[in-house]
Amino acid sequence: MMNHWIIAPIVLPAFVAAAMVLWMRHDIVLQRVFSLGATSAAFAIALLLMVFASDGGIEVYRLGDWPAPFGIVLVLDRLSALMVLLTALLALIVLLYVIGSGWDRRGPHFHALFQFQIMGISGAFLTGDAFNLFVFFEVMLIASYGLMIHAGGGQRIRAGVQYVVLNLAGSTLFLFALGTLYGVAGTLNMADLALKVASLPAGDQALLRVGATLLILVFAIKAALVPLQFWLPGTYANAPGPVAALFAIMTKVGAYAIIRMFTLVFPTDSAVTGSMFADVLMPLALITLGIGAIGVLGADRLGRLIAFAVIASMGTLFVAVALFTPAGITAALYYLAHSTFAGAALFLILDLVRERRGRAGDRLRAAPPLEQHGLIAAFFFAAAVAMVGMPPLSGFIGKLLVLDATRAAPMAVAIWATILIASLVMLVGFARAGSVVFWKPAPPPKDMEPARAPAPSDALALGAVGAVLAIMVALTVFAGPVNTYMTGISAQLFDTAPYIAAVLPSSGGVQ
Amino acid sequence: MEALVATAVGVMTAVGVFLILRLRTFPVVLGTLLLSYAVNLFLFATGRLYIDRAPIFTEAARAYTDPLPQALVLTAIVISFGMTAVVVLLALGAYLDTGTDRIDLARQDDDEDVT
Repeated sequence: MMNHWIIAPIVLPAFVAAAMVLWMRHDIVLQRVFSLGATSAAFAIALLLMVFASDGGIEVYRLGDWPAPFGIVLVLDRLSALMVLLTALLALIVLLYVIGSGWDRRGPHFHALFQFQIMGISGAFLTGDAFNLFVFFEVMLIASYGLMIHAGGGQRIRAGVQYVVLNLAGSTLFLFALGTLYGVAGTLNMADLALKVASLPAGDQALLRVGATLLILVFAIKAALVPLQFWLPGTYANAPGPVAALFAIMTKVGAYAIIRMFTLVFPTDSAVTGSMFADVLMPLALITLGIGAIGVLGADRLGRLIAFAVIASMGTLFVAVALFTPAGITAALYYLAHSTFAGAALFLILDLVRERRGRAGDRLRAAPPLEQHGLIAAFFFAAAVAMVGMPPLSGFIGKLLVLDATRAAPMAVAIWATILIASLVMLVGFARAGSVVFWKPAPPPKDMEPARAPAPSDALALGAVGAVLAIMVALTVFAGPVNTYMTGISAQLFDTAPYIAAVLPSSGGVQ
Repeated sequence: MEALVATAVGVMTAVGVFLILRLRTFPVVLGTLLLSYAVNLFLFATGRLYIDRAPIFTEAARAYTDPLPQALVLTAIVISFGMTAVVVLLALGAYLDTGTDRIDLARQDDDEDVT
């Protein structure tokens, strides 16, 4: 008897989104009720999956009951349960903000696209098949195209064209990578790939290396790793604030895919690829971190500043991932959870600022003081402290874990220097931005009408931002238990035999 | 036959890459289209190239070709077709809204609002 809850995070948003498009397209209240209901249910299901996965077992859901590798499988292990939970939690908070701020009224089909996006992201985390991963990437991307240009506007649509074209090129690359892998190994099931790759004749290894390299390029585009980070500032800074907050989990899909594929299929002790990816990833991660920090310092708008901070956080994340050791992955996962919420909090605060500053928008220059000035300034301060990695919030603990994990690495000196200097540079950048936006109000011009009065439901939007910050406080307070859980995840990741045995019972799990 | 298919994939990829590096939306859309053609052909060839072999079980067949790449290509075609429609509409929308079909984002004018 298979556990049917595993497919619920995919099926539920899919049906709700379709129902919204078909029957409630003109009724925003009904859409909100269903969207909120579905997202809350998805969160509850994610918690349930977390309970299922917490005993360390690996559950397999065979679609159509076809045995792997002939059918597609979904695999629930600790890592996928954690990622689905992060997605559902973030989606719930972003949805509350969207309803509170009225963003969903500014264009059609926001809630349907939102549900499809959740479906795609959850699917990408749960699937155990590389081609199915491609399909869920596409579901996620198609929904994100719609969300990115939600509410329209010339500049936003032009940024959207760039984003779509880049991702079309990325999808093509993904297909080339999958084709190469299939041509060599004859399978696309991840567990089966792991077996086939390990026992490949020497003559085919070069071709497989090409496929693996193409694959990591695709994931690096999603994860905004240098030199493929250039799309992120234009996209995130031009997307609606709450959508950019939801996109905070999308860069993590790229990180997840790299962690999954390159611990399971192409581990560093594999005869095919060896440590070649780890060797390349580490310098690239450091450069990503550096470019992000410099971008934070040089940005002329708050939106771009936050986007570069997200790039820097991906750099830090990949420093830990590139070690490909259990300690490194543990640190990476803690930092991943933290940076998802830190990025989301900053983008939500950015939206609060943009909405209240009128013509000044998010430019870093003096403007009349905002409505609810003190509260938003306090929010920004807390989120910036978390993002930069200053005590006492979770960013500090995350950075500490990363630094601790890299102590024995061959490039330890360079890694420590880069992380610490980048933190300082980002601190300066955020301090400057915060003081310009919140501390140096210009006198209100006489001929201008007063800024718009806050909408009655703004309390919900502010509450949503408060909730993200509360999660970061919780991550800090419960850092010990969370870290223990992450250690369990990375132990499971590096012990690939049970995963393979669960997906392919007939193989006996021998490698 | 292998050389012909390989050349076709190579030429279409090369032309596609060249076109998506252009600065106007129309050639870029054509470029993504050509890239998707190239990758579909490539995926098809990953099941090896055979002529006159059955993809699924039939009594009369003596040899089979791999049916999986054909299913993969079908999925890829559907997705790339939909995506092309999306990008065409987006490019048109951007052109009608801003009066330019340049693909790069010029540095934002300081008086332009993002809301």
